[in-house]
Formats: sequence, structure tokens, C-alpha cells
Amino acid sequence: MKCRVNDKMRGTLFFLVLVAVLVLSGCSTTPKPDIQLDPPKHRAEDLLKDSVEYAVDVYDPIEGLNRRIYTFNYYFDKYLYLPVVNTYEFITPNYVEKRVSNFVDNVFEFNNFTNNLLQLKLKRTGITVGRFLVNSTIGIAGLWDPATGWGLRHQNEDFGQTLGHYGAGNGPYIVLPIFGPSNLRDTAGLVGDTVGFNYVGPPAWVNDDTTTIVFTGVSAVDKRHRAPFRYYRSGSPFEYEMVRMLYSKKRELEIAK
Amino acid sequence: MRRVLILTACVCGWMILGQGAMALGYDYPLTNRFTATVLGTPAEFAADLPAEVPVKVASLKMFPDREVPDILWNLSDLRYSYIRQKHKAPLVFLIAGTGASFRSPKMVTLQKAFFQAGYHVISLSSPTHPNFIVAASTSGVPGHLTEDSADLYRVMQAIWAKLQTKLDVSEFYLSGYSLGAAQSAFVSHLDEQQQAFNFQKVLLINPPVNLFHSVEILDRMLEENIPGGLDNFNAFYKKLTDAFADAYAHGDDVEFNDQFLYATYKYRKPKSDEPLQALIGMDFRLSSSNMAFTTDVLTQAGYVVPKGMKLGRHAHVTEFAKIINRLSFQDYFDDIFLPHFQAKDPELTESQLIEQTGLKGIENYLMTSPKLGLIGNEDDFILRPGEISYLREVFGDRATIFPYGGHCGNMAFPDNIAAMLGFFQNSHSE
Repeated sequence: MKCRVNDKMRGTLFFLVLVAVLVLSGCSTTPKPDIQLDPPKHRAEDLLKDSVEYAVDVYDPIEGLNRRIYTFNYYFDKYLYLPVVNTYEFITPNYVEKRVSNFVDNVFEFNNFTNNLLQLKLKRTGITVGRFLVNSTIGIAGLWDPATGWGLRHQNEDFGQTLGHYGAGNGPYIVLPIFGPSNLRDTAGLVGDTVGFNYVGPPAWVNDDTTTIVFTGVSAVDKRHRAPFRYYRSGSPFEYEMVRMLYSKKRELEIAK
Repeated sequence: MRRVLILTACVCGWMILGQGAMALGYDYPLTNRFTATVLGTPAEFAADLPAEVPVKVASLKMFPDREVPDILWNLSDLRYSYIRQKHKAPLVFLIAGTGASFRSPKMVTLQKAFFQAGYHVISLSSPTHPNFIVAASTSGVPGHLTEDSADLYRVMQAIWAKLQTKLDVSEFYLSGYSLGAAQSAFVSHLDEQQQAFNFQKVLLINPPVNLFHSVEILDRMLEENIPGGLDNFNAFYKKLTDAFADAYAHGDDVEFNDQFLYATYKYRKPKSDEPLQALIGMDFRLSSSNMAFTTDVLTQAGYVVPKGMKLGRHAHVTEFAKIINRLSFQDYFDDIFLPHFQAKDPELTESQLIEQTGLKGIENYLMTSPKLGLIGNEDDFILRPGEISYLREVFGDRATIFPYGGHCGNMAFPDNIAAMLGFFQNSHSE
């Protein structure tokens, strides 16, 4: 079997992450109360209790690194990802963008199929197969999505959800470079989905590096095009906390579905 | 009678149409004021507005020499947006509500409506938004209507100086919702003296009569509606998200999109008002926490961050978030706001300062200036009992009061949009 170029790229990416972890994990920045400073008017010991659970608390042992990657993602978005996405949006009519999104979704039905099946959600697996067949044929290679109109709704499942379904906890919160908020379980899920998709899914059926690379690029642009989230847009000094809390909650909800 | 009303409406334009429709029955679907406030106007009932408008985001530096603390690094330039008409047209400045940015969902609704009606639009974040505090607040201590409005006025002039070659403007309008509405009135008052814009029309949408009184109400909505008090917030939050999870797992139409809340609501209507009130209170608490923390860091107030502590770009501030979420606006008032103003004027009393956070100080102006108008809701809970009557008295026939909609819940409803645009269109010097 010939080695796929985009696997190599992914391998390089994870290597870079690993290096970044090793380099940056040394510098943690928990504000240490300086003994020379006067205590503030309102202190933790007066207001917070050990016995109380706080919604904003999420297990985040590598917070120092995560915050730096969060900032890195902001710059990556600003100087590379979003300019590409904006150019794409500028030159592509909305109508075509919608076709591209449908096409990408249809190819990724493979992941929904495997993960619904792995969770033994047979009805949802069936719906996913139905969607893929209808949209690939009548929807002309997935460019249109007549299936939704017929009541065959998108049954989103990923490998992180599958792991969660079988009881895997969140693990530590992780901000992935480029991909953004995640946790150990969902990162494992992402790796699982990526490997499965590339070795058993559509790229293996096509078995053509160029096609796979083009598709990977298009889907990355399409994905960012559809995601309204922008780093630091909220203006809140606690945005990192809010995103961390909401990500964890959202995944909890998705796993419960 | 009905026919006459409709005929009059057709002849006299949008404003009358708004009132006429009210007389014939106002159909905004969410008659519970808390539900209305949380859900706003669901898409299926909202006015038909363009999906996209050619909005441009820009930024400027109001204080080039201000040293911004590292933790607030990304807030040092003031961001705002504008939408340009290709032809000569009125320009409307919009001011966001408490804690909201120039691109909050309500601002986007207003932007689209005004753009569709043919106006240039410039949108500003609230002076209580962290970006405005860091980048444009002279004192760094927001909440004072006169001072914040003076800051807004300076910002408007700075933006106009940058954009005047790009926008072909016939006349200037001004509007804002919630706290932004109260500030609109003060900005207009200031403009009477300084005449930088000479606003032709100024519309207040759901203003508080007194900021301090309104936030007291909002503080209480959080503190009194969590069973067992704020220590049990997490249990409340879990219960709430469990309800969302249930709706998401079993409700066919419930997806993570802009209709998520409404779809969840349709699937499972809350049995009482308490959770809704708590949600509204929580939303306000998060805004006021952002505000108070920003002020604390910027002015070294020693409120939750020890004076002199340097917080770096990537400082871990979760602990501060937890502390400050426990503090009310009253705490901010007592520990930062009042001391700040008493340091400038030792004679100033607490009740005088509270008065300065309200409309009373410019009551005469509000009563007599024909350029001002008001849109409000009978059941707006940020108003104390009697305050809606007060607004009616002050604004007289320049007030349009809808029977319900809570606080800003009905802003995107067709009758509301019609009333809003009608107010400005009536004034056209044709």
C-alpha cells in the first residue's frame, strides 16, 4: 500500500503539536499572590467554598499550554485560515458554496455511518445509509440534499461521541492547534475518525492522493466557512473559560443524543 | 372605523401603520415577558430582513498613549462596524445595550432594518462592553450616563472623521436599545450644545428610566430565582442543560443553530417563570462581571485583583471569574463606582450619584425636544412600577408603547420594525 501524502502531513502536524507541548508546558502562569500586595476587596476565601461545584471549572491540567494554543489559533485564523476562507467566499457564489457544503457532508456520511453503527444505533445507521444513497444519486453526487426534505435528517456522530457513549469521560481539556477546543477523548476520537476515514473510507475507495489532498483542503475551507466562531470576538476577558465550559457542555449533550 | 384606520395607515405611512396594527391587535406571539426576553422574536415571526448586508468592521485608537494591561491585550483598539449606501442617504448611529457589542444579535437586527430602509449605519459597542472600556472610556469606570455619553460622542466624531469621505450623508440620526437608548438621549442632549452632528431624529428603544434601579431588578432576578441561592448555581445549571439535552436528544427539530432556544422551548415549555428569570439574571451577571473585571484591571481598583498585580496575556483567571460572578452590580457601585466619583467630588452623595444614572436629569429636554421618540413595552420588567407611565408622560405622543415583548424581546417583530422605521421616515425633509 502506498503511503498517502496527507497522512504524512497529519503525522507532521501531530509531531509539531508534541514539540509545542514539550517546549511550552514549562511556562505556566497561574497568578501567584504576591505577599507584598494588599489583598483585594473581595477575596476567594470570603466568597468561594470547597464544597461548592462551579460550572466554570473544567479539568484543565495543561491550561498554560492551552491558552497559548488558543492565541496561536487566533493568529492562524487571522493571517491564514480566514483570509483563505474570505477569498473563497468572495469568489464563490452562495449557491455554489451550498453545493460544496452538501458534497462535503455527503462524503463524511461515512463517519456518521460507522459511528452510529459502532453505537448500535441501527435506525440512525439506516437513515444515514438512506441519506447517502438518496443524496449520491438523486442529489447528484451529494451536491444537493433532497434526503433532508424527505425526513431523513442528518445523524451526526463522531468517534469521540462513540467513545463517550461507551463511558469514556472527557479527560483533560485540550485546545488543539487549528482544530480548536477539544479534550483527550475527543482528540482520540478525531484521530480515530481520521484514520478510519482515510484507510477504510472514501479516500481508500478513490485511492488517489491528489483527489484526497484537494478534498481535504476543500473540506477544511468549507468547515471554517460554516463555523461562525471567531477567537476573541466576544470581548470577554473570560472568553477562554466560557468556551471551555460551553464546549464541554455541548459535547455532553451530543453524546447523550 | 376599521376601514378608516387602515386607510389612514396607508396614507400616512409606517408610523401610523405601527399604531394602527396595535389598535387592531398586536400579534407578537410570546406574551410572557420573560419568555419574550429570553427567546426574542423567533425567525418565523420576525420581520423580513435581508440575510446578509455589506457590513464592514473597522477599528480605531482613541487613546494612542494608553498602556493596556497584558490580560486585556486584544481590546486596545475600538472595533465598530458600518454599512454604506451607494447613494446620498441619512446616517444612523446605533448604540448597543448593556454589555453588548456592535454586532450583538439585536444590533444586527437594527442594522439590517436601517440598511434595508436606505440608511448608512454605524454601530457602536456599549460603553459597558470591555472593548469600549479599554479603548474609549476616559475614566475606565462605566455606568455614568453623562460621562459615557461624552465618550460615545467623541467616538462618533472620530469615526465620522474617518468615514466622511466614504459616506454621502444627508442628515444624522441616532438610536440605541436598552442602556444604549438612555445614552442616545444624553448624546443628543450634548449634541444640542456642540452641534457636531445636529441629529434630526433620536429614537430610544426600551430604555431604563434609571440604570441603577434597573440593574437592581436584574441582580435580584438571578439571586432570588436559583433554588438554594447562588451556591447551588451549578445544580441549577445542570438541571437546565439536562433539559436542553433532553430536548436535543428527543426533539426532532432541535439542532445547534440560532433557533436552538426556541426549538427547545417548543419541545418543553418551562413550567414557571423562575428559571427564565434566573437565565436573564445570569446573562446580565456575565455582562456585568466582564465589565467590572475590565474596570478593576484597567484602573487598578483592587476589587478582585490585588492592586499592583500584573496579569499577563495568558494568565489563569478562572478564579477571578468565580469570585466576580458572585458579586452584584451593587458591589461594583459601592466599591468602584461611588469611590471613583467621590474622589473627584467629595461632596457627592450616593443618592445624587444614583440620580445621575437616570433620565431625570434631562427630563425637561426629553419632554420638549420634538426630535426625540420612544418605543417601549408595557411589560418591560427592567422598569419599576410606575416608570412606564412616567415615560408615557414625558414622551407623550412621541411614545409608542407595545402591550408586551418584555425587555427588547419584540425588537425584530414586524410591527416594531415598522414603528422604528416609521419614526425616522416621517421626518424626511422631502
